Amino acid sequence: MARPTKKSPVQPLQKTPTGIMGFDEITGGGLPTGRPSLICGEAGAGKTLFSIEFIVKGITQWGEPGVIMAFEEKAEDLETNVASLGFDLKKLQKDKLLWIDHVHVDRSEIEETGEYDLDGLFIRLGYAIDSIGAKRVMLDTIENLFGGLKNEGILRAEIRRLFSWLKNKGVTTLITGEKGEGSLTRQGLEEYVSDCVILLQHRVVKQISTRLLRVIKYRGSLHGTNEYPFLIDEDGISVLPVTSLLLNKDISSKRISSGIPTLDEMFDGKGFFRSSSVLVSGTAGTGKTSIAAYFADATCRRKERCIYFAFEESPQQIIRNMQSISIDLQQHIDTGLLQIHAARPTLYGLEMHLVAIHKTVKKFKPRVVILDPITNLVTIGSMPEVKSMLIRLIDFLQEEAITVMFTALTFNKDATVQTDEGVSSLVDAWILVKDIEWNGERNRGIYIMKSRGMKHSNQVREFVITDNGLELVDVYLGPEGVLTGSAREAQQLSEATGIELRTHALNRKDRELDRKRLVLEAKIASLREEFESVQDELNKSFQDEDLKKEIMERNREQLTKNRNTRNSADDKTKQ
Amino acid sequence: MKEKQAAGEQAGHEETPEWVLRLFITGATPNSVRAVNNIRSICDTYLEGRYSLQIIDVYQEPELAQQEQLIALPLLIKKFPLPERRLIGDLSETDKVLKSLGLSI
Repeated sequence: MARPTKKSPVQPLQKTPTGIMGFDEITGGGLPTGRPSLICGEAGAGKTLFSIEFIVKGITQWGEPGVIMAFEEKAEDLETNVASLGFDLKKLQKDKLLWIDHVHVDRSEIEETGEYDLDGLFIRLGYAIDSIGAKRVMLDTIENLFGGLKNEGILRAEIRRLFSWLKNKGVTTLITGEKGEGSLTRQGLEEYVSDCVILLQHRVVKQISTRLLRVIKYRGSLHGTNEYPFLIDEDGISVLPVTSLLLNKDISSKRISSGIPTLDEMFDGKGFFRSSSVLVSGTAGTGKTSIAAYFADATCRRKERCIYFAFEESPQQIIRNMQSISIDLQQHIDTGLLQIHAARPTLYGLEMHLVAIHKTVKKFKPRVVILDPITNLVTIGSMPEVKSMLIRLIDFLQEEAITVMFTALTFNKDATVQTDEGVSSLVDAWILVKDIEWNGERNRGIYIMKSRGMKHSNQVREFVITDNGLELVDVYLGPEGVLTGSAREAQQLSEATGIELRTHALNRKDRELDRKRLVLEAKIASLREEFESVQDELNKSFQDEDLKKEIMERNREQLTKNRNTRNSADDKTKQ
Repeated sequence: MKEKQAAGEQAGHEETPEWVLRLFITGATPNSVRAVNNIRSICDTYLEGRYSLQIIDVYQEPELAQQEQLIALPLLIKKFPLPERRLIGDLSETDKVLKSLGLSI
């Protein structure tokens, strides 16, 4: 025995990584080391592939030799089947790292003539394990023995013995089992494998199939219990954890521009938070793609990379259309800062899209990702599925500190009520572009439904697409409500006219007043003259009177004097 | 090597025995011992002098297990006369054994 795995009782369960993308995350490290695990599912669910990947990755990534015991396919078939994944089983066998043993059982060739056991199988397996020092074993599909041998009692006892024997040998074993009716496997193998059971499923909804993986049981270990979508492509199996278990990603308080200065102004003058998620929703033809293109353009201008996933238009179409509003995306593609990936949503299932996005993002390492529009994905999945996909996507992107912008088409006229794919609760900022149909015109209104963690404008702005690009204009809020488009312009004109007229009228009134004042002043002057003449008159009579009085006085005095003189002469004589 | 093991089991007198049999066993387990005894008595009874019997202990030669597609043991392979037949078990069901060996009466 090459390497006995010492299991001390206090040690926590050791795990053997499978190397399968995502699976080790779900199980917190992989399969239980030195124990048998069961992987079951229907035909074509990917059991064999999963197991082979476990073995091959064990060899290539961890240098752990492995044994494949195939009860179904011949070694050559297996080699051919996995060659497309880039696994060279032949070479591994030559290098003594892999041992493939095809077990052939045919009932027609075999006659049972009494008591027997499966020692032959034990010896074979033991020999294989010992000759290459294998640490990983795969049994694909051991239940085929039931087809070849009649005595079920012996088989069951022997399989049970095999599993405990494998456990004693300390090899990590993966046993595949075909799904049976009402039980996980046809022969109830799950009864014998008590440590770890994985179920693979294949679900077809709306003609598009989704592969799902679920860890049913994992004794002695925490594990995700959800159904995890997985897919098989040229890189093998990738399982996508629905959500990371914790919401503890690093956040950034840095801000990045949306590319439209007036829109940035609405976001407290600085734009979006970096590595946040932004949703732009609106009815058809409201300019969502234009906003997205502006954002892409701004990103590339900052010399940051951007990926644009288009689900509606081809890259050439987007480039041409954006040129009409003077956005040149081609130059960014040429400098390698921008990638546009276009795919029809119906091309493949949601998971495939998600993985395609995952892969491109991992490879290109952008700072900004744009998905335009996410609503088209609904054609291939139900709302909850799309939502769960987007949760995973946002999760993934935020972990990578990537800012993401989604556009979403709203069908409902009353766009404010509709929660777009239910993602509105996931996104950090939500911009709504709305049709305002009034006065025989369709105009665009833009406003911010929400923006977490920043002050943002509550105003509806008019969103104008011109040859020179996008502009946000303040709408006219008048007594008749919100006015946009030509109505707004008319209103602005009429306002200007009104001001002109009013100033004119004011001037005329001023002049009249002036004139009145002049008249008044003239009147006051003449009255004053009159008054003065009256006063003069009065003064004159007073003087006359005074004069008369004076003269009379003087006369009387004279008279009196004269009389007094005579009297004095009399007096003189008397003396 | 196999021949050496089989030495002494050669019971046939002729140069080319009609029945060529190989019995795979696992040491001295009860099933193995029974199988050896059963095949010997059958051969002695029905194939006196017309057979060659090779008894192989797989524990001694584990590499044979894959070559010979061994699973259930004990296993008796009838190489000749054709068709080749494989009999598993301790060979206690004599009727079945005889039938498979083409010796049914």
